[in-house]
Formats: sequence, C-alpha cells, structure tokens
Amino acid sequence: MAIFNLNINGKSQQVDADPNTPMLWVLRDHLDLVGTKFGCGIAQCGACTIHMDGNAVRSCQLPVSSAQDSQITTIEGLSEAGDHPVQKAWMEHDVPQCGYCQAGQIMTAAALLQQNPNPSEEEIENAMNGNICRCGTYTRIKAAVITASQNL
Amino acid sequence: MATLNKKLDRRSFLKVSALAGGGMVLSFSWLAGCKPTSEEELLAMPKEWFELNSYIKIGENGVVTLFSPNPEFGSNVKTSMPMILAEELDTDWKNVMVEQANFYPERYDRQFTGGSQGIRQGWTPLRTAGAAARHLLVAAAAQTWSVPASEITTAAGIIEHKASGKKAHYGEMASLAATLKVPEEVPLKELKDFKIVGNSKKNVDAQKIVSGKPLFALDHKVEGMKYAAIVHPPAFGMKLKSFDKSSVSGMAGIQDVFSIQLFKDDYGRNFFDTTTFPEIVAIVGNSTWEVMQAKKNLAVDWEPAPESGFEMAGFGGRENIKVTVPSGLENTNRHKEQMKEFITKPGNVARKDGDPEGAFKKAAKVIEKTYSAPFLAHNTMEPMNCFADVKGDKAVIYGPTQAPESIMGTLVQALGLPKENIQINLARMGGGFGRRAYSHHMTEAALISQKIQAPVKMVYTREDDMSAGVYRPAYSATYRAALDENNNLLALHVKAGGIPESPLHANRFPAGALDNYLAESWDIPSNITIGAFRAPRSNFIAAAEQSFLDELAEEMGKDPIEFRLELLKRAENNPVGERNDYDAKRYAGVLELVRDKSNWNTPAAGVHRGVSAYFCHNSYVAEVVDTKIVDSKPVVEKVFAAVDCGVVVNPDAAINMGEGAIIDGIGNAFFGEMAFENGTPSKTNFDKYRMIRHKEAPKSIEVHFVDSKEDPTGLGEPFFPPVFAALANSLYKATGKRYYEQPFAPQLEMQNLKM
Repeated sequence: MAIFNLNINGKSQQVDADPNTPMLWVLRDHLDLVGTKFGCGIAQCGACTIHMDGNAVRSCQLPVSSAQDSQITTIEGLSEAGDHPVQKAWMEHDVPQCGYCQAGQIMTAAALLQQNPNPSEEEIENAMNGNICRCGTYTRIKAAVITASQNL
Repeated sequence: MATLNKKLDRRSFLKVSALAGGGMVLSFSWLAGCKPTSEEELLAMPKEWFELNSYIKIGENGVVTLFSPNPEFGSNVKTSMPMILAEELDTDWKNVMVEQANFYPERYDRQFTGGSQGIRQGWTPLRTAGAAARHLLVAAAAQTWSVPASEITTAAGIIEHKASGKKAHYGEMASLAATLKVPEEVPLKELKDFKIVGNSKKNVDAQKIVSGKPLFALDHKVEGMKYAAIVHPPAFGMKLKSFDKSSVSGMAGIQDVFSIQLFKDDYGRNFFDTTTFPEIVAIVGNSTWEVMQAKKNLAVDWEPAPESGFEMAGFGGRENIKVTVPSGLENTNRHKEQMKEFITKPGNVARKDGDPEGAFKKAAKVIEKTYSAPFLAHNTMEPMNCFADVKGDKAVIYGPTQAPESIMGTLVQALGLPKENIQINLARMGGGFGRRAYSHHMTEAALISQKIQAPVKMVYTREDDMSAGVYRPAYSATYRAALDENNNLLALHVKAGGIPESPLHANRFPAGALDNYLAESWDIPSNITIGAFRAPRSNFIAAAEQSFLDELAEEMGKDPIEFRLELLKRAENNPVGERNDYDAKRYAGVLELVRDKSNWNTPAAGVHRGVSAYFCHNSYVAEVVDTKIVDSKPVVEKVFAAVDCGVVVNPDAAINMGEGAIIDGIGNAFFGEMAFENGTPSKTNFDKYRMIRHKEAPKSIEVHFVDSKEDPTGLGEPFFPPVFAALANSLYKATGKRYYEQPFAPQLEMQNLKM
C-alpha cells in the first residue's frame, strides 16, 4: 500500500492503495465515484472510460500509480449540473435503455468532441467503436454526438 | 368499469407500510435533476404525503409520487408504467416523481420483468389504480364543496366544478381523499381522451444516468460494507473438491475464504432457480480489487460432478419438471454431430394436420434445409452482482433481479429465515435479456453476508459472468416442403430441437395455413445450463422458418411478401386446425405496413433487401433489412420495422426498444456464439466473445406502429426474432449464398468478405 495524490474532477484527493490498483476501483471503492462502470476489466468494453488530461482512457487498465501527475475527469466531473452538451444531447435523444454503459459512451464522446468539434459520421463511428452498448443504442448515440457537436 | 384489486385498498397498504418501514426511503435530491422542465416551474417538495393507494401518493402542494412496480432493466417500464397511472389519475406529468417500488407482494401483483409482459399485464391494474385515486380526489372535492361528484371534472391535476366556479389542485384534496372509502369499481378513460399515454416522455432516470449517479446494485455502498468475489468451477460437469485458504490468507485486504451451498438437500426448486454451480467459493475482503487479486491466487481443486437430478416447479404454476443433469465434459463438435443425427431421426410429433406423409410421397419436388444456432451468453453490461446485509434474523438484499418473487423462496430456504424478515429491494439493472430472471447471485451474496454477519457487495468478474452458464440453448431445425409439378405447396414439415430444449412453437404460423403440416420436436440432455434469452425459442425458430419461407418463395417463383400474405389469407379465411396461435389478419397487417414503408418493390440503389416477419409475446413484427457490400464488407444500411403491439404507451421509448432489439439481433446473427471444449466455455470476455459494435450497427432504423386501439402487448422481445432471417435473406441477395448456420460471420469470411 502507498499514498497517492490524485487530481480528480478538479479536486486534490489522497488515497492509500496498492500501486497496481486500477483507477476504476480507486474511483469506485476508495472515492465513491461510482459513475465509472466496471464492464470487462480488460479494456474491451469502454464502460470504465474516464479522461486523463483530456484523453479518453480505460480506467480498468490505468494503475493508480500512473495517474498521479494527471488531471482525471470522471462522469461526475464532466459538468457540474449534468449539462455538458453531450449529456444534454443524450437526454434530448433519450439514448439510454439500461443506462449502464452510457457514462463510458458519454466520456468517449466528450473527449472526441474536445479534440474534434466537428467530426464526420465516420469519425464518430471510429471513436465510439470501443464502447459496447449491449442494449444496442448505437444509432441514438451517433445522433446524440452529432447534436452535441452542433451545440458545443 | 374496472374492478379494484384488494391490494389497491389503501388500508391494507398502510398496514404494510407501517411494517415495512425503512425500505421506503425517498431520495429528495433527484427532483430538480429529473425534469425536462425549467426549475422555476417545478413545485417544491411537499411537507406531507397522502397515500391514495399502493401506487400513488400526493403531496399537499400537488406533487405526485408514482411507484413503478416492476424492476427496470432498460425496457422503460419505470417511465411507461407510471405514465399509465398518471393518465388515469389525470395529473400533469410535469408534477410527477417516480420511485422504484421495492418488492412488496402485499401491495403489487407480478413484479416480474420478462416475457414482454410488464405493460400488457400491468395495463388494466395500473389504469385502475390511477382511476381509483382520481375517484377519491373527486369524491373529496364533492364533499368539500357540497356538489355532486358527477358535475366535477379533472384535468392535469386540477379539480373543477364549473357551475360554482370552484377549483382546486389535487394536493388540496389529497388529505381528505386518503380517508375516503375506496370504490369497488371505477370507470376508465376512453382512449380518445388520453393525454399522456401515446405521447413520448423522456426516461425518468435519464439525468441520473448521464451524470453518473448511483443507480445500480454495483454502485451501492454502506458503512462497514465488505466486498466479495466468487470462484466457480472452470467447466460444466465439474464441481468443487477442495480449496486451500492459506493460498490467499496473507494477501492484503483479505478477510475470509469459505464455500457456500445454494440449496439445502430437501429444497424443491422454483422455475428460476437455475444455477450452474450450486457450490462455490467466496473470498471476502476490503475492496473489489483485492478480492479479485486473491481470486487469481486461490488454490482450488475441482472434480467431475456425478449425474444429478432434481425436481423443479414448472413455469407459471405448471406441473413440476424433473431435471437430470448428466455427468461428463461436453464438446461443441459432439453437440453438432448429435444435432445432425436428428435430420434423419424421428422427433416427437407436436402437431399434424392432413396427410403430410402422403403429400411428400406424391411431391414432384422436395426442398429440405437445416438451420442451426449456437449457445449464446447474455453478457449484460453490468456483471452479476448483489448487495446483501444479513445480520441475525434480518436480511436486506439489494440487487439486480427480474424476478424478485421467484428468488424470495430461494432466499427463505438458503438463509433459514421467514420471508417477513427478508426485504428485497430492486436495483436498476445494467441489462437483463432474461439472464437476471435467474437470481442465484442474490442468494450467493445473502449467504456470504450471513456467514460474515456484515453487509457485503459480491461482484462477478466478466469471466465469472460469461462462464457461469444460463445460456440461450443451441438449436437446430430442419424444414421440408413438398411441391407439386406446378410449384404449388403441398405440405410443410418442421423438425426442431435443441440442447437441452426444443425451440418449436408447433401452433404458430405457418401452421393453420397448410392442409398438410407436420411439426416434430426433440431435445438432447446436457449439463450446460440454459435460461430465457430475449424471446426464448422464438429467437431461433423465427430465423429458421423465415429463412426457409424465403427460399421456398423463390423456388415457387413468388415475391416473399406476397407468398407470406397468401398463406396468411388462407389462415384467415379458412384456417386448418383450431389451435392456431396467432391472428392472421394482424400478422398480414405488419407485412403490408413494412412493404409500404420500405417501398419494397423499389429499393434504394445498390441495396439488397430481405424480409421476415414473426409473432411472439402477443405482438406482430415485420422487418426489411437492406444490406450493401462496401469494400468487401457487408454493411447493414437500413432496417424498416413494422409492429402491431396494440396501444403504444411511450412511442419514442418503444422505438428505442425496437432499434435496440434489431441491433442486438444483427449482432448475434453475425457474431454471437459460445462453444465448449471439455465442458469449458470457449470465451470468457469481450476480447473473444464478439459483440456488435457501433460501426456494425445499421446506418438507420425506421420503426412504424400499426395504429391500434387494442390493449398493449409485448415490445421488448418481438422485434428481436425476425431480424435474423431478414438479415440472412438480405445477405443472400447480396452474395448469392444462403446462410443456414449462425453466426454468419465465419461463412461470410470464407466468401472473402471482411467481417
């Protein structure tokens, strides 16, 4: 176990954890930020997507020891009032069914739009391809990303 | 008029609520977030609530809380069921808050989400509950104003007596209404007067979902809670022999390791008690990561499980089923051989009309095709998990379950507690698809908590989840058609079976449309556990039947839609047999609608189309799939769906369900497959188990509803079965090859197409 200083959603946080502990579990178990979801544990489904210095990363593969000097953003910190253009577009298109994968989808979409505010449909498909939605809301996800890009 | 169920009587409800107490904590913080309305328009939280019945309470300021009885796994029941209540209550949707009801059989009927029956079976009870509450509010106003109730009108939560000019909102009458006698029966609205049902409402949990609020059992946490992982046998046909606690006892954060047994020897299982491994090892510790690490290190010995058997209650009160679990380590290659044997071996006759044998004898031509599909894992995005707090003689279980009423009995026997001492609270589920009707994960968490006498959250890894069984069965079906020299259809023969259960629906279309018809069924025992998977049985037999009809139509020189319509005309005008389990006219209706909406005869340039239609879960769906080959890759360009599911409660959410089921179907048709080698599942995570991804989804999906005044029927499942054949039939047009074996990707790859 070791102490790690983390910057999460603009706040400094200290956690005492094994250095190999993935950020996914640090967020969920140590910091009670449970919006980031566990899906596969091997970076194949995208449910655990967070931002590290603005880039979408899979928190299940990010050891806490590698996250120390970075700005981490989770779904809880994407916006204060849950009104980021991507979140609003998700509601406008009534995207979620079960809702479990959607935080990861939203974080991937938000990182895409930050880097590419006007993505083509193909660019959206490529960016979102790592996030599985078992309910099959892909067509709505794409529509919502397009709407969000128009409302940035 | 609708007669009131005893459970609606508020007096019985008050008794229950007094006992149940702590299970009903309201989360006040959600109100501001949940509304699409601006904050100024929102009413503040009321100071006091008045319960009008088990589904409805109204605050003194007019805010309404509606309890959604059924567990939510993504099919929108948590929004749609309260919409039905709100409609008959005649309130303003913007003043409605929705709470997930916990499991209270004393208050609610059928708190089961599955079989696409939530809205269908909830329709009249929910309408009645809403209307009964409205009746009490009107009666309270009549009493207060000394005017006849018959002269009082309501609209959007306002009660009005026009002649005297008196007006009040529901909150003002709620306190008196809650004391009045509940009527024995109440009138229900005319469909034409509906204001909420039929008008799309946003998901009531949308704001929480998009902002990452705790909604799922996996997100639940209480003070002093421990975490648990489980270790189950690596293969079907194996069981626990022993484990060495010392292999992990020194590891950081690990508190205890022990085995648990789900069923006592004399326990009579219920229909949803399917579990692959009734004895597993539990590891308890301080965090999820730590118990998952220990899981990798735990030394466990497994041994072959001998043949076993048990008696299980039939579905929905049907007679008991004797289940035999064979011993041995099974292989997919052997399964395939066993299934092939049934192409020539006879099955059990499930239905016979006319003289099919005679017709085949005199046929000028016989077409015979065999279709197959593998086991499928549900792969809900949220793995199996559950929170349990069992201390002394009290248990609180909070978990993802589609069927709390089934798991209650299991918990009673496993914990040795009376059901009054067990509270089951219902979490939003990260997907269900049938998998969470089997809630062994709740029993496991409860037993772990009981053993450590502390709250615990048990979590499966994805590998645990994918290799724990309860799969969609493997299936095969052989279809034969007898044609005369003029290509007239003389007879049809279907022989279908599966491991370990048959997909046959002997009395569904095309039964009833054919003078000579034979349906046979078979099954092959297995120790691989199976369970309901989105439209059980239909999800395969539709694929086989509708692919065969397509091939048959082509052989007969007919348009595939016209061919189906001809058969349905026959079934409507002069049906064969009396047990036909579908309405031929409604069936034809969706085919006609999809034909019109897709401009069937004039497809877009470069697309190849296939059609399919199926009836299940009381609803009719026809689908047209358009594919294109782009750079040697099959691309699903567009899907048109037409559905007849009666009144549509929440249209946009219904469209979402349709889109999702179509994408789910395309994914499983292309890629879905679980195989076994020596009893071991071939895939345990998403690196190997291929799920449909964003790029592979259709570019667009159009869902069209038949305008209907019939009571609502199923929606979550009926879109799923037809898409397999519509895709196969479309791919045939695109590539010139028929697709008989699911998943289709391997065959497409052999044709040098990129998948």
